[in-house]
Amino acid sequence: MAHILLRHREIPELNKLSVYKKNGGWAAFKNAVTKMQPNEVTDVVKNSGLRGRGGAGFPTGMKWSFIDNKNWPHYVVANADESEPGTFKDREIMEGNPFQFLEGLALACYAVGANAAYVYMRGEFWEVAAQLDEKIAELEADGILGEKLFGTEYSLKVYTHLGAGAYICGEETALLESLEGKRGQPRNRPPFPPAVGLFGKPTIINNVETFTNVPMILANGADWYKTMGTADSPGVKIFSLSGRVRKPGNYELPLGTTFRELIYTHGGGVQDSHKVKAIMPAGASSSLIVVDDDKVLDTPMDYATVRTLKAELGSASVIIIDETVPLDWLINKTVHFFRHESCGKCTPCREGTYWMSNITERIHGGHGTKADVDLLLNVAKQMQGKCLCALGDFSTTAVVTSIERFRQDFDKVVKA
Amino acid sequence: MSKQVTLTIDGKQITVPDGTGLADAAKMVGIDIPVFCHHPKLEPVGMCRMCLVEIGRPVRDRATGQFVMENGAPKIQFMPKLETACTNKVEEGMVVLTQSAKATDGQKGTVEFLLTSHPLDCPICDKGGECPLQNLTMAHGPGKSRFSYNEKLHLDKMVPLGELIYLDRERCIQCARCIRFQDEVAGDAVIGFDERGRSTQIVSLSDPGFDSVFSGNTSDICPVGALTTADFRFGARPWELQAQASVCTQCPVGCNTTLNTRREAKSDGDIVVKRVMPRQNEEVNEIWLCDKGRFAYHYAESKQRLSKPQVRKDKKLTRASWDAATKLAADNFLKAKKDFVILASGRLSNEDLFNLKTLADHSEGKAYLYSDMAGGELTSLVGVSAGTDFGKMGAGTAIVVVASDLYQEAPIWYLRIKQAAKRGATLIVLNPRETKLDRYASFAVRYEHGDEVKAVQDLSKKSKVSDAFMKAENTIILYGSDGLGVTGSASLASACAKLLQENERIGKPNNGLIGVWERANDQGAWEIGFNVEEDLAKALKGKSVYIVGADPVADDPKLVKALEGAEFIAVQDVIETATTEIADVVLPAQAFTEREGTLTSGERRVQRFYPAVPVTGEAKPDFSITSQIARHMGVILEGTSVSAVFDILAESVKSFEGLDYAKLAEVKPQLPIVGRGDVYYGGTTYENKHGLGVHLSVAAGRGEKVSLPKVHASREAVPSPKDKELLAVPVTKLYDRGTTVLPAELLHERIGETTIALHPETAQNLSVEAGQTVNVSFNGVSGEAVVKLDDTISVGIALLPRSMGIAIREPVAVKVKA
Repeated sequence: MAHILLRHREIPELNKLSVYKKNGGWAAFKNAVTKMQPNEVTDVVKNSGLRGRGGAGFPTGMKWSFIDNKNWPHYVVANADESEPGTFKDREIMEGNPFQFLEGLALACYAVGANAAYVYMRGEFWEVAAQLDEKIAELEADGILGEKLFGTEYSLKVYTHLGAGAYICGEETALLESLEGKRGQPRNRPPFPPAVGLFGKPTIINNVETFTNVPMILANGADWYKTMGTADSPGVKIFSLSGRVRKPGNYELPLGTTFRELIYTHGGGVQDSHKVKAIMPAGASSSLIVVDDDKVLDTPMDYATVRTLKAELGSASVIIIDETVPLDWLINKTVHFFRHESCGKCTPCREGTYWMSNITERIHGGHGTKADVDLLLNVAKQMQGKCLCALGDFSTTAVVTSIERFRQDFDKVVKA
Repeated sequence: MSKQVTLTIDGKQITVPDGTGLADAAKMVGIDIPVFCHHPKLEPVGMCRMCLVEIGRPVRDRATGQFVMENGAPKIQFMPKLETACTNKVEEGMVVLTQSAKATDGQKGTVEFLLTSHPLDCPICDKGGECPLQNLTMAHGPGKSRFSYNEKLHLDKMVPLGELIYLDRERCIQCARCIRFQDEVAGDAVIGFDERGRSTQIVSLSDPGFDSVFSGNTSDICPVGALTTADFRFGARPWELQAQASVCTQCPVGCNTTLNTRREAKSDGDIVVKRVMPRQNEEVNEIWLCDKGRFAYHYAESKQRLSKPQVRKDKKLTRASWDAATKLAADNFLKAKKDFVILASGRLSNEDLFNLKTLADHSEGKAYLYSDMAGGELTSLVGVSAGTDFGKMGAGTAIVVVASDLYQEAPIWYLRIKQAAKRGATLIVLNPRETKLDRYASFAVRYEHGDEVKAVQDLSKKSKVSDAFMKAENTIILYGSDGLGVTGSASLASACAKLLQENERIGKPNNGLIGVWERANDQGAWEIGFNVEEDLAKALKGKSVYIVGADPVADDPKLVKALEGAEFIAVQDVIETATTEIADVVLPAQAFTEREGTLTSGERRVQRFYPAVPVTGEAKPDFSITSQIARHMGVILEGTSVSAVFDILAESVKSFEGLDYAKLAEVKPQLPIVGRGDVYYGGTTYENKHGLGVHLSVAAGRGEKVSLPKVHASREAVPSPKDKELLAVPVTKLYDRGTTVLPAELLHERIGETTIALHPETAQNLSVEAGQTVNVSFNGVSGEAVVKLDDTISVGIALLPRSMGIAIREPVAVKVKA
C-alpha cells in the first residue's frame, strides 16, 4: 500500500515545493480557504474519526470544535517536541514530507480561525527547524502563507520555535509555558488550551503526525480515510519500532495491524531469533505487555484493543523486549530518564523519581533486597494519580507493570 | 453581595461566596486542609500536592441541567483521582472529603516525599517551633522514614540571595511561595527557579541580589526554614520570644507590627527586640511589611542612645537631674517669651505633639513642624476618613499619585495601589520622571518641574485622562514631595484639594487627599495644629529653641548657622545627633519600643503602639518630658498617663472626637485567617489582637462647610538655573542616612553612596559619566555624589536624594563639577 504520511518514500524530492505541488499539494488548503467555511473543515476532520497521534488519542475534530469563539485571537501549535524515548516519526515527516505537515497545520489554522501558528520543536531539531524556516519562507514567497491568501481576507503566519531540551515540554501546557518564554513546567488543567492556551488565548495543539493526516483527509474525504484502520481508530499510524528487532524503524500501517505483522513482517523478527517477552507500545512511559502466550502478538494495535492488554497505544513507539533484556536494567533506565526529566514542579514526581532511581540503582547494582522491590512498587504507587501532570504517572508505569507482571525477574537479582 | 455557593466539607454544610477556593472555604469553617504551596494571598498553583482531597460533584441531567436525584438527595459522583483543594473552586452541591482514608493516604504520601530530601535539622532551624512542615509532619507524616538516610542529598546551607535573605537549599521544598510573592504581590520578579527536578533551586535574578524592598516577607510565608533573614538568622528560637503589638514608625503607612523580644546574655541580660513581624491589618498592610520597617528598628538599641539628661557646663555637656535640666530649659523658654520656638517632627506620637502644641499655645511661643513638605492643613480638611480601604478599591475608583515615588516613599501603599489597579481602579501617575508605579498606571503623565499644579488642574480639562478621572465614582489623590520643597508641596496640595472639592470627592469613604509624608506621624502633627515654616532659618535665629525628635544640624547648613545664633537650645531625642551636640540641654526620650502611644497614618488612621522592651537609662516619654518643662513654666499638662493625654486631645481636636484607647484597641475578624497557631496557611504573620485603629473624622464628613485657600501656581518655587547650572530637585530614597535608618548596619549596602541622577545628555554636556564622582554645590552647600544615569529625567535636571549627605530641601540651581 502506498504511504499516506511517509509519501516521500515513494516520491523522490517530495520536500521540494514544486514536487509537492505537482503531487496535489496545497490544493486542499487553497480549496478550503477559498471555498469552505472554517467549521466545514472541522466537520470533515470530525467525520474522518482522526484521533490525536501524540499519545492520548483524543478525537482531533472534536478538539478543534472546543475552541472558545468568544475569546480572540486563536492560535494553533504543532507539538514537534518528539521527546518520548522510542519515538522518531515526527522528525522523518518534517524532513521528508514537510509540506504535507505544514499544509495540515495551515488547514487547522483556517478551521479554528487562527492567523498565527507555532511549530514547537525540541532543541536538538535545530537543523530541521532551519529547513522548515526555509520552507515557510518559500511558501510566503509563493503566496501560500502570509497576508490575504488566495485573494481572501485570510492571513496566516507560521513560526518555528526551538525548545531547550526538556522532555516535559512535550506536555502541551509545559510546551505553552516554554513557548511564552517561561520555564517549561505544566499548568493545572482545566482550563484546557482550547479555552485558555498560548498567551492566555484559545489554542489548539496537535502532534505533527496528526496535522500530516489532515491534507489527505480534506483531499480524499472522510469516508476514504475511514476505509483504513478500525471503526474505533480509523486511518494509518506511524509505528516507531525499536528494541530487540532486526529492522527497527518507522512503519506506516493501518491502525489495527497486529503486533505480529509489525514485528515479523515489517521488523524482520526478533534479533538472534529470540522470543518476544514483553512489549512497550508507547515508549518509556509504557506499561509492559506480557507476551507469555504467542496469541498476544495477534492483538490488533488500535487505541481500544491495546487497552485490553492493560496498556496504552500512546504514540505507538513500540519497543520489543526479549528474554535477554534484564527488566531491572530496563526500569533502572526508564526511571533514570524520568528523574532527569522531572521538571520539579510537583512534589511526588520531583521526590518520587529521585527516590525510585535510588532504589532501582540499588537493585540493578545487585545490592537490593526483596524489601527494596516492595518499597519500589509502593513508592511508585504512592506517586500514581497524585502528580500535577502525566509525566509523574508515566515514570511509574514501567516500574509498576514490570514488578507486578514479572516479579520473578526481580526476585532473581535481589537478596532475600 | 456576590453569589453564594453551598457545599459540604467533611459532612459540614457551608455557604461561601462563589469563586472561593476549596482550601480557603474549608479554613473559614475551621477545617484545616494541609497546604504548603497554597497561600491565601497568592494564585493557586497546585504544586506541592499536600492538599489532596476527594471531591464529589452532583451529577446533572444532560437534557435539563438539573441534579440527578438518588434516595432523595442529589447523586454525587466522585472523581477517580484525588484532587488538589487549592486549585478547585467551590461548586454548588460539591461534596468534599478531606479526611477519608484515600485523602489521608495522599496527604501522608506527600509529606513522606517532602521529607526524603529534607535535612530534618529542626533542632538548629530558625523556623523550628513555627514551621508548617514540622507541624504538618506531626499531623500527617509517617513516624518513620523509609528513605535511606545515606541517600540524602546534601546541598548548600547558606546561600545569600541578597545580603538580607539567606537560602538553605536543603530545607527548601520548592513550593515557589517566595517566587510567586515577588512576582504577583511585590511586582519585583527578582528571584526564580533554576535547574529542574530534584536539582531545582531558588536563585536571585537581580544585581544586587534579591533587589526588592519586600524581600523579608518571603521569610514569613516560607513554609520551611529555607529563607531566613540576615537579621534573625540563628537569633533565637521562636518559643523563647515574647510578642508585643506595635506600629511601624518609618513612613506614613502605619503598618501594624509585632515586636518579638527576648532576654539574652548577648545583650547583657537585657530584653531586646529580636525581630519585627507584620501584624495583620487588612485595611493597612494586609500581612506584609517592607524591609525598612522590618530591619531599621535597630536604631532604638543604638549605642548612641541618650540615657540621661545633660546640661552644658563650661562648654561641655554634663549629667544633670531631670529636675535641673527641665528647669533650666523652662527658665530659658519663659525668659524668651515670644521668642520661644518649638520645632518638632512627625517622629513623635500624637500625645507628644499635643502636649508640645498645648505648651506653645499656653506660653507665648510658636510650634513648627519640622518637615520639607507642606499641605497638611488640607489633608486634615479633605483627607480620607472612615470606610476608606485601598484593599476594596477597584473599578470605579480613580487613584491619582502626583509628585511621589511610592516604591521609595511608602512601599506598602505602592503594593496596595498596584493591586487596586489590577482590580480595575484607574491609576493616574503624574510625575516629571518615570517611577516604578508607572507600569501599573492607566495613565502616566509627565510634567516639567514647577508645572505640578497645572498637571493637577489639567485633570479637569477635556482629555482622555480627565475622562477616565471624571468617570470614576471615587477619587483618591496621593501627593508627595518628589522634586518639591515646602512651597511647591503647599501649592500642589492646594490644587489637589481644590480639584477634589470641585468634583465633590471629599467627605465620603474612599475619597480625599492623602499626603505621602516623610515621617510616620506628620499627619497627626497637622491635625493637632502644627504648621511648617517656609523660612525656618529666620524663624530660629536668635530664639530659644526646643527641638524635639529632629536633627536640623545634620540636615541643613543654613539651619546650623541659624542655630549658632540661637539664644538657647534644648534638644529632646532618642539618640545622639549632630543637633544634640550643640544643645544647651539634652533630654533623653524613650524609643517607640519602650513606651505606649498613638500615631496617625497618612490615611488618617489612629493606631496604638505598645511598650515591648524596658526603658533605656533614665529616658522618659516625650509627652512626659514636655509636661515637666511646662510645669516649671506654670503650664499644667498631663505627664503620667498617655491615655489621659489622648483623652484630652480627643476633647480638644475635633477630628479626634469620640476616640479613646479602648476604641483604638478594638478588633474584628479578618480574612484570610492568619496568625494563629496555623502557620501553615498564611505564614508567621501575627494575628491582630491589639487594635485595627480608627479613622479620624473629616470636616466635610461632619457636615461642616469646607473653605479652601486659593491655589498658587508653583512655578515661583522653582529657581531658573543660569548657564552651566542644573536644576537640582530633592527626591526621597527609602534607605537613607536618616537618624532612624543609619544605625541598622544591615541596611548599609542598600543605603549605598550619595548619588546624583542625570539624563545621559545632561551628563554628556557636563562631560561626566556614570559612576563618576562629582562635586555638587549651591548656596554654601557642597558635597560629593556619584553620577547615575536615568533617561526618564528631563535634560538639565538633577535628582538629589534627601538625607544622603547633601542638604537639599527644595529645588535649587546647582553647579556640578567633575
